[in-house]
Amino acid sequence: MSENLKKISISIRKNILLMAKSAGSSSAHIGGALSIADVMSVLVGEQMKLSSKKNGYSEDERDRIILSKGHGCLAYYAGLFEFGFLSKEDLVTFEKNGSELLGHPVRNKKKGIDFSTGSLGMGLSLGIGVALAAKKKNKSFSVYVILGDGECNEGSVWEAAMSAAHFKLDNVTIIIDNNNFQQTGSNEKIMSLGNIKSKWESFGWHTEQIDGNNIDEILSTFKKISEIKKPKAIIAKTIKGKGVSFIENNNVWHHSILTQKKYDEAINELNSFL
Amino acid sequence: MNINEKNIKLWSSIGSRATFGLAVLELGKSIDNLMVLTSDVSTSAGLDRFKKAYPEKYLDVGIAEQNLIGIAAGLASENYNVITTTFAPFQVMRCCEQIKVNLGYMKNKVCMVGIASGLVLGNLGYTHCCIEDVGVLRSIPNLKIISPADTLETVKALEAVVKNKDSSVYIRLTGSSNNPAVYDHDYKFEIGKAIELVSGEHIVIFCCGTMVHHSLEVSKILRKNNINAKVVNMHTIKPIDKEAIKNAIEAKLIVSIEEHNVIGGLGSAVAEELSKLGYKNKHLTLGIQDEYSEGGDYKYLLDRHGLSIEKIINKILTTMEKL
Repeated sequence: MSENLKKISISIRKNILLMAKSAGSSSAHIGGALSIADVMSVLVGEQMKLSSKKNGYSEDERDRIILSKGHGCLAYYAGLFEFGFLSKEDLVTFEKNGSELLGHPVRNKKKGIDFSTGSLGMGLSLGIGVALAAKKKNKSFSVYVILGDGECNEGSVWEAAMSAAHFKLDNVTIIIDNNNFQQTGSNEKIMSLGNIKSKWESFGWHTEQIDGNNIDEILSTFKKISEIKKPKAIIAKTIKGKGVSFIENNNVWHHSILTQKKYDEAINELNSFL
Repeated sequence: MNINEKNIKLWSSIGSRATFGLAVLELGKSIDNLMVLTSDVSTSAGLDRFKKAYPEKYLDVGIAEQNLIGIAAGLASENYNVITTTFAPFQVMRCCEQIKVNLGYMKNKVCMVGIASGLVLGNLGYTHCCIEDVGVLRSIPNLKIISPADTLETVKALEAVVKNKDSSVYIRLTGSSNNPAVYDHDYKFEIGKAIELVSGEHIVIFCCGTMVHHSLEVSKILRKNNINAKVVNMHTIKPIDKEAIKNAIEAKLIVSIEEHNVIGGLGSAVAEELSKLGYKNKHLTLGIQDEYSEGGDYKYLLDRHGLSIEKIINKILTTMEKL
């Protein structure tokens, strides 16, 4: 399984770069998409019950995903491609005039995008509403929400955090992409997170801190926590730009232009992992 | 809801908030997927009985309004019929972006009820008044805005919204207890369709919320001065009834009256249409003239902002003298 997921994660990364290149001079959020490629691979390739032509999960069964860090959409779109929701032709329309794939996800049920996001700090509240609905209707689906570490600067994240525990929502799992950077610098410099693990724990969440770029560890963590009767937070320690050495930990690539030359260089590096 | 003379009197005496509580209690009986969400204001919103009668349909999210709107949107996206309620400024101003993204942009359909809007909480200061909600919300697409004229209209608006939810709606509740009744019997209420309450050929008054009753009183006194004022209840501010405004185009004076800032509210909505129609005469916009005044009780503040019946009449008469 994990070999297959590793292949998917490389494919996700290559499509992230393809879309970033197609966006051309309008730029793309590259670093924070590459950092969650492995989490995305495990979610769409294994963990989540998705509904598509490939399988028959009904509306009552299929899991929901909310990309609260909406600027990580390149990884999301690439994940939807792996699962057949989007075609290659769709991907290269990214950020083009009139495209359905903008720089932050726009609700589009046909394309498998359930929620619009982009303004930080809102996705978890939405997820709690969805999870409450599942509980009330005795539906079995789970809700996954991906947040950024910088996003945790937003106060609304903590309103939502407090309420998930209060409402005993064990059907909510969040993954915090802890890549240590936000738009204009490191978390430490802009707004330090302190002990992020203990913060979530103190809000009543079961919390795991893992290597978020290690597919085996991501997989085993999801399995380990599946039966825990609390809302669950996975703090995924990741590398911003993971997989492309000239992008890794270089915050210039938070939002930048990927030229053909740099694209070729990046793809060559990813191909060497195959 | 059982609309009869006795109930209309009762609702009028208890005011819009408590009437809202009775109305949702009734809706709870028939609507299976109803969810009523508050942020620690169950008593203020008249929801204590609802909370006991339908605990599974009630959710208190604590003093966290941003979370209130987000959770409401999540429930709505799973096909719940959601009503959110808290004090108007906290619901609208604090959550402006949650409303934009979750309800306007993403089109999750939620009915927001803003209690104690306008000036009624003037003793508590302008943190608790709300003179900006219509202006702020009017600029968000996919959202309707209703400002009921009295407690019966509050009931009718709520029923209309909950039973036919084709978009998110904000219902703005104004006035105190002993909220004067505009309507003493049942009538046809349609979202987006203004109601002419009094006919008259000299001037036209467009009004909403508590100012509808004031306008009726004003029209009676003007009539004694041989001025026949048409009074139009513009209960829906968005979408504005363009036809009703078009019908006023020949008036030598149009007056808009609202318990709201004159920027962004009913007066602005009327002026936008009048401008498109090329209206050549005067439009007098009565309301709060873009200021946070000193505080005071409701009656004091209405008068302070020129919204007492006497001040409205004086303003109309002096304006007419100059025409």
